[in-house]
Amino acid sequence: MKRLTGLLLLAVILLILPFLFPDNYYVTVVGVTALLHAVLAVSLNLLMGYAGQISLGHAAFFGIGAYTSAILTTRYGWDPWAAIMAGLALTGLVSFLVSRPILRLKGHYLAMATLGLGIIINIILVQGEQLTGGPDGLGGIPTLSLFGWAIDTDLRWYWAMGATMLGVVWLALNIIDSRSGRALRALHGSEVAAEMMGINTTAAKTGVFVLAALIASLAGALFCHQQSFISPDSFSFFFSIELVTMVVLGGMASTYGAVFGALILTFLPELLVVFEDFEVMIFGAILMLMMIFLPQGLFVGLQSFALRWLSRRRAAALHTAGD
Amino acid sequence: MALLEVEALTKSFGGVTAIADLGFEVPEGLVYSVIGPNGAGKTTLFNMLSGIYRPDEGSIRFMDQGVVVGRQPHQVAALGISRTFQNLQMFFNMSVLDNVMVGCHLRTRTGLFSAALRLPRIKREEMLSRQWAQEALAICNLDKFIGQEAGSLPYGVLKRLEIARALAVQPRLLLMDEPAAGLNDTETLEMRKLIRRICDSGITVLLVEHNMGLVMQVSDRVLVLDYGSRLAEGTPVEIQNDRRVIEAYLGGEVRYAL
Repeated sequence: MKRLTGLLLLAVILLILPFLFPDNYYVTVVGVTALLHAVLAVSLNLLMGYAGQISLGHAAFFGIGAYTSAILTTRYGWDPWAAIMAGLALTGLVSFLVSRPILRLKGHYLAMATLGLGIIINIILVQGEQLTGGPDGLGGIPTLSLFGWAIDTDLRWYWAMGATMLGVVWLALNIIDSRSGRALRALHGSEVAAEMMGINTTAAKTGVFVLAALIASLAGALFCHQQSFISPDSFSFFFSIELVTMVVLGGMASTYGAVFGALILTFLPELLVVFEDFEVMIFGAILMLMMIFLPQGLFVGLQSFALRWLSRRRAAALHTAGD
Repeated sequence: MALLEVEALTKSFGGVTAIADLGFEVPEGLVYSVIGPNGAGKTTLFNMLSGIYRPDEGSIRFMDQGVVVGRQPHQVAALGISRTFQNLQMFFNMSVLDNVMVGCHLRTRTGLFSAALRLPRIKREEMLSRQWAQEALAICNLDKFIGQEAGSLPYGVLKRLEIARALAVQPRLLLMDEPAAGLNDTETLEMRKLIRRICDSGITVLLVEHNMGLVMQVSDRVLVLDYGSRLAEGTPVEIQNDRRVIEAYLGGEVRYAL
């Protein structure tokens, strides 16, 4: 299956890393965050990269998933899995209700509307103190267990998050490579032509918006059970922007690009800690240089670079053989 | 029985009347052309026929039962009307094959859910779509571009690619908005043959075109628009000898260049 070679490669790398570097902070701690970010970036990329609908409020759905699960388990004693399902249901409902009015908008206006949505949800999390704990956050969230196997160590979370990430990448690859995926890319290319091909563009946009929100919500639920403590800071406007940056940095309309962008943007700040006070400045400079020299995104750019290099080498080999 | 019946169609934009009380019938199986000077309302007419604009008044009936007015473009497409655009509306972010496979949207059924889980029927549907797209590409002599990105192709090829995409919909009526605009003589000749081929395969063609040579050679009937209303209608020979048409285009004062 040529279609899924990349996914297989990703799975193998994820599988061997903990054995190469046992008990490594960068694998089982930063790694889990990176995998979580990859899930979010892949979901946002479906909406933004493929369907061309920008969202500056993706953290809102991440937050709804996290807080629903956190509140139901800590305050009402729900089983974590039931709480996650409730979070998904609530996210589905909210995203469906807001999608109709919001997705009528295009370009900058859509960006503003989604930005507004993100800020409103964040304000609710901060202000709804009785339920959400307000700015102080919410603690004591139980961890998950799967078939009696408690996910209670860093390494176990690494496996759980890795499996989730691979699953989400698989879903995204499947969708893009189908009738529905082509419809999304088509409405990105030309909405009027997509309509003329019989695509109900309103329904297609709603579908991908809700799907992206559901994936973000699932990521949020896993995040809250992994962290056992959450506060509104994790679901702010700035995190939405970070997610957009991951998608753009990796390369729009490339699922592996989104994964790549998420990994880079998670690991880079960790590695730059050695520069202390200059950390943020160097981070910004690196991002700028990447976008100047690889504007189509890091992953997509490097990929086409490698392909060009290979074909040149092949051409050169043919040339020598001809002599 | 006419395939398309347009009656008393009127559309104005902020006081400027683009189409005024226009009526005509397109019989099935013909190449039916609409000509007229720039601003005569041809593209406005196409946009109403395809559901992009809603007319102020009048009716559009397709195949007797399908009422076009009030439907969204994707619903009009489902009735069996497809179109190409005057200014290219390609999906430049997709490959040639994918562009045409989008045209198979209405001939396939699977949704987001079964796609996400890659159920077995997806594979079958993908194979069918690919085959249909290849057929449509072959009709337009585009086989050799199949693996390329749409964004990398020259203009003349893109013009034909739009037609291939519209054919993949398997329409009963194909609206073509200036398919020969910007083409050189060789490409125009090829376009003429293509339009004829499409018509012979049983698809009625409604053509808007400025190249009079092409229109007169390829059309079975011609409708002449002037200021949004009907000036004349008939066979190409009748139109070429119609005094009002000659006057409008060439007479007394030359109002527009052809």
